[in-house]
Amino acid sequence: MLEIRDLHAAVGGKAILKGLNLTVKPGEVHAIMGPNGSGKSTLANVLAGRDNYEITGGEALFEGKSLADLEPEERAQLGLFLAFQYPVEIPGVSNMEFLKAALEATRKAQGKEEWDSVTLLRKAREACKQVNLDAQFLKRGVNEGFSGGEKKRNEIMQMLLMEPKLALLDETDSGLDIDALQTVARGVNSLRGPERGIVLVTHYQRLLDYIVPDHVHVLSNGRIIKSGGKELALELEDKGYGWLTGEEGESA
Amino acid sequence: MSSQAELDKVIRSEYEAGFTTLVESDTLPPGLNEDIIRVISAKKEEPEWMLEWRLEAYRHWQEMPEPGWAHLNYPPVDYNSISYYSAPKSMEDRPQSLDEVDPELLETYKKLGIPLHEQEMLAGVAVDMVFDSVSVATTFKAKLAEAGVIFCSISEAIREHPELVRKYLGTVVPKGDNFFAGLNSAVFTDGSFVYIPKGVRCPMELSTYFRINEANTGQFERTLIIADEGSYVSYLEGCTAPQRDENQLHAAVVELVALPGAEIKYSTVQNWYPGDENGKGGIFNFVTKRGVAHDNAKISWTQVETGSAITWKYPSVVLRGDNSVGEFYSVALTRHAQQADTGTKMIHLGKNTKSTIVSKGISAGRSNNSYRGLVRMGPRAENARNFTQCDSLLLGDTCGAHTFPYIESKHPSATIEHEATTSKVSDDQLFLCRQRGIDPEKAISMIVNGFCKEVFKELPMEFAVEAGKLLEVSLEGAVG
Ligand SMILES: Nc1ncnc2c1ncn2[C@@H]1O[C@H](COP(=O)(O)OP(=O)(O)OP(=O)(O)O)[C@@H](O)[C@H]1O
Ligand SMILES: [Mg+2]
Repeated sequence: MLEIRDLHAAVGGKAILKGLNLTVKPGEVHAIMGPNGSGKSTLANVLAGRDNYEITGGEALFEGKSLADLEPEERAQLGLFLAFQYPVEIPGVSNMEFLKAALEATRKAQGKEEWDSVTLLRKAREACKQVNLDAQFLKRGVNEGFSGGEKKRNEIMQMLLMEPKLALLDETDSGLDIDALQTVARGVNSLRGPERGIVLVTHYQRLLDYIVPDHVHVLSNGRIIKSGGKELALELEDKGYGWLTGEEGESA
Repeated sequence: MSSQAELDKVIRSEYEAGFTTLVESDTLPPGLNEDIIRVISAKKEEPEWMLEWRLEAYRHWQEMPEPGWAHLNYPPVDYNSISYYSAPKSMEDRPQSLDEVDPELLETYKKLGIPLHEQEMLAGVAVDMVFDSVSVATTFKAKLAEAGVIFCSISEAIREHPELVRKYLGTVVPKGDNFFAGLNSAVFTDGSFVYIPKGVRCPMELSTYFRINEANTGQFERTLIIADEGSYVSYLEGCTAPQRDENQLHAAVVELVALPGAEIKYSTVQNWYPGDENGKGGIFNFVTKRGVAHDNAKISWTQVETGSAITWKYPSVVLRGDNSVGEFYSVALTRHAQQADTGTKMIHLGKNTKSTIVSKGISAGRSNNSYRGLVRMGPRAENARNFTQCDSLLLGDTCGAHTFPYIESKHPSATIEHEATTSKVSDDQLFLCRQRGIDPEKAISMIVNGFCKEVFKELPMEFAVEAGKLLEVSLEGAVG
């Protein structure tokens, strides 16, 4: 469902991704790890279509369509979801209002039946419960005054409702306490299914204990330098990135 | 043969026939002098005292300079090129159906979801008077009469309730208060009058909307609302649909009197034509709105302004009585080349008086949006308190937002708090919305609505929904 071939991308004119390849098939969970500043969030933002994140070479196909040709909202309507590393606040716009607009737009585009307000409210409450957020959060402004962990859980709550085909989770685990980590993992796992792809960006093996990935990749300096199974994450936890990035000397 | 010539002759002769014919004619020739004022007064069948009042106002006005201090830029108005009276258009002169109405106006009506017959009414189409709102208006009047509430046009009030009008007219906004109020006092043609008797809670929201087809609201509107002791009234001015209007200059006066323990809530949605991208053809709106709150009384102004090429407007409260409360909640949106200089004045005279100001300015395009507010604590205003919050939201880089807060405190125990913020709709906010599938226009209007929430929640429910829709329509094309 996601085909990335030799992708080059620049942020504000600065080259960040330098020939990245990645294929995600329906039903798979991929974890992307890598040092700070290696380009993980850049990849997520490029795929989602943020302004100033420019594809300069190669291609990224989602469901056979070139992402470069699509507006951000069109990508979302096709079923691409990004859980942000730093969710932004929208003061005065209630979570519920926001969800309603988002679900109306995406469900319509996807030919799914529309939810009336009663159904929407019921579903939203269920989703809140799943990530252990009080239903009161639906009335508050989007992320307005939420704690770091609450913001992350709010992202997952939105994801559960939107039922995307492909979910990109950018460090959703950072800033979560241990209980919340498990709650979020359970939420993500509940979405796992033969039709869905999930890409997790994380720094910690711990999350992968709960959401067991099919593939693990190491991103460094804008390229995937190593891929493997779930055991790769354990190895990284043990040894760090130095042995891969060549900081201990160029190796073949 | 030349029936046209015949007609022309008749028309011309009418102008030559002098005063009596003027009184009978539908539109006065342009220009302003004492005779014109006499004609207006005679047309309205006003008592002598009213005419005298107008003439005094006119004489005073002639001596007054036009204010030049606002953050506005407009060509000088030639007050002698304006016609100061015109009767409502006759049925034959009006558009005969919506097909004859400006399609752009209709498009806006459609977007606002206004029912067909109301569209016809707003666009001034000649329609049979037997439509819903008339019967609504009738049942409505019966209910008000039962409660002893008087709600009629000011002309009618001058004739039917002279004792009330004489007692209060000009007591809040004196004839010589300012240039535009002076002009209005001399030439006002219509407006609303409301009286709520002692201890009565007005059984419904009073809306100018119900008066739309019976009054020629005109360009010099005059409104007087009196809430007697312990009474309550909520008054809605205007309508969210842009109204067809050929007058460029509007100078209204609104006076509110809240007697001890009374409460007046005055809400406005103003959506006059702002002009094209270059500001051409828009309306100049110079309004004086003020209320006096006596002991334990409360006056609250809520306004949503998206219209007019130029707006000059400072709804104010004089907190005369002890423990009186004044509130001002405002959303002003400017786009294209619009200019708005609005704000409020809270004049604290009594003890323990309290005022709250929440102003939200939204600027787009090449517009300029200024907040100008005065908080004055008088020498007797022991323990007076004010809280002011002014937030500006910019859409794009070519617009401007300005705040001019003036504070004068003559009492050491008075507290004044002022908060001001300026923000932009951030790319991050917009991206979050788009990433969730929401198109950018909808996203902007949602973010702007969120920004205005504190003000919208002060509006009566139905009005709030309409105001939200209005912002959405006004913001179309503001993205990019
Ligand atoms: N607007 C920008 N202009 C210039 N450089 C940028 C811009 N945005 C990001 N970068 C740079 O791009 C590089 C990759 O950033 P990115 O956020 O993708 O890293 P990351 O792998 O997600 O790191 P972390 O693990 O810390 O989240 C960094 O060096 C960052 O400073
Ligand atoms: Mg990152």
